[in-house]
Amino acid sequence: MTRLAVAKTYKLFIGGAFPRSESGRTYPVASPGGDFLANAAKASRKDARDAVVAARGAVPGWSGATAYNRGQILYRVAEMLEGRRAQFVEEVRAARGVSAQQAGDTVDASIDRWVWYAGWADKYAQVVGGSNPVAGPYFNLSVPEPTGVVAIVAPQESPLLGLVNVVAPAIVSGNAVVVIASERHPLPAMSLAEVIATSDMPKGVVNVLTGSAAEIAPWLASHADVDGIDLTGAGALDWVDLEIAAVDTLTRVMRPSPLEDAVAPSLERIVSWTEVKTVWHTRSLR
Amino acid sequence: MTDTSHSPDGALARPFDGPATDAALRRFLDGLPGVDAVGLEQRAATIGTRSIKSSSKAAALDAVLSLIDLTTLEGADTRGRVRSLVSKAITPDPSDPSVPRVAAVCVYNDMVHHAVEALGAHHAGSGGDIAVAAVATAFPSGRASLAVKLQDTADAVAAGADEIDMVIDRGAFLSGRFGQVYDEIVAIKNACRRSDGGHAHLKVILETGELSTYDNVRKASWLAILAGGDFIKTSTGKVAPAATLPVTLLMLEVVRDWHLGTGQRIGVKPAGGIRTSKDAIKYLVAVAETAGEEWIAPTLFRFGASSLLDDVLMQKQKLTSGHYSGPDYVTVV
Repeated sequence: MTRLAVAKTYKLFIGGAFPRSESGRTYPVASPGGDFLANAAKASRKDARDAVVAARGAVPGWSGATAYNRGQILYRVAEMLEGRRAQFVEEVRAARGVSAQQAGDTVDASIDRWVWYAGWADKYAQVVGGSNPVAGPYFNLSVPEPTGVVAIVAPQESPLLGLVNVVAPAIVSGNAVVVIASERHPLPAMSLAEVIATSDMPKGVVNVLTGSAAEIAPWLASHADVDGIDLTGAGALDWVDLEIAAVDTLTRVMRPSPLEDAVAPSLERIVSWTEVKTVWHTRSLR
Repeated sequence: MTDTSHSPDGALARPFDGPATDAALRRFLDGLPGVDAVGLEQRAATIGTRSIKSSSKAAALDAVLSLIDLTTLEGADTRGRVRSLVSKAITPDPSDPSVPRVAAVCVYNDMVHHAVEALGAHHAGSGGDIAVAAVATAFPSGRASLAVKLQDTADAVAAGADEIDMVIDRGAFLSGRFGQVYDEIVAIKNACRRSDGGHAHLKVILETGELSTYDNVRKASWLAILAGGDFIKTSTGKVAPAATLPVTLLMLEVVRDWHLGTGQRIGVKPAGGIRTSKDAIKYLVAVAETAGEEWIAPTLFRFGASSLLDDVLMQKQKLTSGHYSGPDYVTVV
């Protein structure tokens, strides 16, 4: 017996919940061949504002968790990703119009990448920070600390691996993120949100918006409560204006990068979203 | 209860007359019509769906600011915390001197003299525009003898409080001892008299979260107004649920009915749980459409809140600068 397939309308992921866009808008998502895949929510600036509030609320708990605990939760996300591998392969295949073999390789690379960043949770501070030699009777220690709330424009042409490669390095150190998924291929991002929602990740650490980056990114760039903005996927936008708006509210900016850099593993991406705290402490004299 | 002196027009009838005995009050209050709970909640929900233009929003935010009772009611309150609360009341946003001041600061009884001292010339009692409100009568539970409650009130008034927020005895109310609740409010009202002949405004806290039903909220509102309360206030903020829109709407209806009957205007103060500008604007809509726009004034409507002020300031900054603001851009208490 034949049955009708259920066409899905995806929602946003804000503060651990899946709300519709405040604006009520959706847009159709199509495959490269023009076939209808699903509807996605078209986020408005108010959704972005709500997402920033959710992210800010998550920062104290997530950055205050032990590095070991953050790593364990990130590993758990990778496990859940692995468990839904078939779904992701199908979504990447439909979105990009590639073969099942190529899509499978992309999903495997995404899982491996997530694990790679998870491993850095309790290790990057030792590599980046350390004790400094000073001319005086002091211990002088530098430690990296998370920046806070990071807004991300995800790569447009790598909907899963590119997304993992910008989200994971930001949250591993204890930041909370608001990520605008690829506009044309938002479905793997929303499935990743479903994975994150069921992986013990505290609500609000990852918030995913779908819709037009050109519409939402300026509001995130100028938002006074956003501490950093990753423009990796904003190459096609007027990103110079975004950078100007961001600087007006003292927001750290990462400029757009070509696709091969956007999907390459990098410790630099973790370090970009940290601030160095240096502490002087007296040494006992004998 | 034959005093009708505050009725401006002899022709207007008080809804309740005669001696306020337990039996008479019960007869009157139990005779009030029941509340249509579904209709009330439906009406409150409709109020929340209005779309508001940005020019109206700017005016509404200023109105909200001028109606706030900036509150700190913590066991850990210190003189320093009260002083910083007061400086925030005087200058809500140091980056924008055009921001209006709040209506009052609300503190515990023993903090009143610190607040008065910190306000200085800004204190309403010294010709300024910020009042000092004190919670009294064994706040928040109200579980103390009448003598203690009277002393509590008299202390606050002597220390310079312009407004007294009293709690009713919910136990007596729920047991049907309306006369006792009534007499207590009358006694506290007497204790609000100052030596110079004036008297501190009395806000009667019903603690609607403990009254269980809308019918009880309506009865308690009538009881508090009959006994002479200048304001009726929803909650202490220490019990959940605190202020809700349906409950406030119901209290506004009582106030409106009282005004229609007697010509006298009673104030309303929702307190607790109102944290966002959006919520506060819903309350303003409810006030304007239920009691009337003349109620949107510090003498007739107040918000009891602490974090609401920050959200209003951030919304105002957004309207001025064009971009969203954050908690780093408002002062802390």
